[in-house]
Amino acid sequence: MEFFIDRLPLYLSGAGTTLTITLLGAVLAFVLAMVIGTLGTLRNPAARGFATFYTETFRGVAALILMYWMAFAVPQITPYEIDPMFAAVLALGLNIGAYGAEVVRAAINAVPKAQIEATVALSMSWWRRMRSVVLPQAWAQMLPTFGNLIIELMKATAIVSLIGVADLTRIAQEQRTATGETILAFSGALVVYFVIAQVLILGMRLLERRANRRLGRPTESGFLALLRPPPVNAIGGGRQ
Amino acid sequence: MTWDWEFTGRIIPDLLDGLVVTVQATLVGYVLALALGLAVAMVRRVPVIGSVVFVAMEFVRCTPLLVQLVFVFFLAPSYLSAFTIGVVVLGVHYAAYTAEVYRSGIEGVPPGQWEACRALSLPRYRTWGAVVLPQAIRKVIPALGNYLIAMFKDTPLLFAITVGELMYQASRIGGVYFRYLEAMTLVGLFFLLVSVPSAVLIRRLERRYAAV
Repeated sequence: MEFFIDRLPLYLSGAGTTLTITLLGAVLAFVLAMVIGTLGTLRNPAARGFATFYTETFRGVAALILMYWMAFAVPQITPYEIDPMFAAVLALGLNIGAYGAEVVRAAINAVPKAQIEATVALSMSWWRRMRSVVLPQAWAQMLPTFGNLIIELMKATAIVSLIGVADLTRIAQEQRTATGETILAFSGALVVYFVIAQVLILGMRLLERRANRRLGRPTESGFLALLRPPPVNAIGGGRQ
Repeated sequence: MTWDWEFTGRIIPDLLDGLVVTVQATLVGYVLALALGLAVAMVRRVPVIGSVVFVAMEFVRCTPLLVQLVFVFFLAPSYLSAFTIGVVVLGVHYAAYTAEVYRSGIEGVPPGQWEACRALSLPRYRTWGAVVLPQAIRKVIPALGNYLIAMFKDTPLLFAITVGELMYQASRIGGVYFRYLEAMTLVGLFFLLVSVPSAVLIRRLERRYAAV
């Protein structure tokens, strides 16, 4: 225990870096997912082609390779040097954004056809249709998978330690080298990662509950219901 | 600095060596993940041990693979090769995912099937082997296939524990010649060459099994 009390500030600062990269990466991934995912549902073949190209490219290449490419190859062909932290956010955002775009596309396409026809009959504009009919329903369907993706993103931030960013993983490695206490140094980091993940999961479940309530779907109330594992059909939609 | 084709030609054999290791690690790790995940999914139906296993797997699923790799690498006895450690950690990590996939398949088997097995007083191994698993696994084949691709895309992490896969070769070449552009770009292309066709294949599988 003494080991952790002495090093708590170090681990917390590492966790801070991990959280910062997670949140920035999540914002980038979310925006990309929404834009590219929506492009993928349009009738315009150019828009759909672009969406497919983006998702296949950035899903196909691992985030670590993207990050190394940005951190080491880009400075060799351009006069620019990319800050390691920025390279990490960019690589993770592009990678997870590609997975998210597929989720958004599928969720939008899953909105019942009759509802789209109704919006056409009411001569709603495309914006109006998306904003008041399609997205509120698609949103409730996207959230469980987004929850899995944000956990994937948070875990993937560990790769920034490989290009020298002082995140939680890096701190654990430094403490291992400094003290030789392999078990203590790494289990501390793992527990912090686990706690961060649980907080993220809780937050996503709250969002899910709110989205379902706004659609008038039955939701379980009370804090304890949030702690229970989700129903089976919400699982398995992670990084695929 | 611009692209050097002569240099590209020179490093390709090394990268191909790395690709072989990458594919080996993915396949061995995947077989392990499939077997272990199934065991976990079955054990989860046992009352107390099941809950313990669930919490352990939840922990594995919520913490970074990279940290798990490095952690085990430093703890493991020195006679184990980095490849062995990497493959085992990869397999255990993904078993946590495949176990959930199997679980959704097993829970999708109608309760009447279990009751019928009990009514016929089939022994437990027959219930699982002849009735439940054939139905459960059939439904989750596409989801399991997805994890093969996901695993393939996680193998670059093995370079952190000195397994000589693609990423390791690329970063070694980069370090020796101070040229990262060609090697890193080729690694990206190799990954695309494998993952794009496999994504198409999985989509086909999904369509085929969804029709059943």
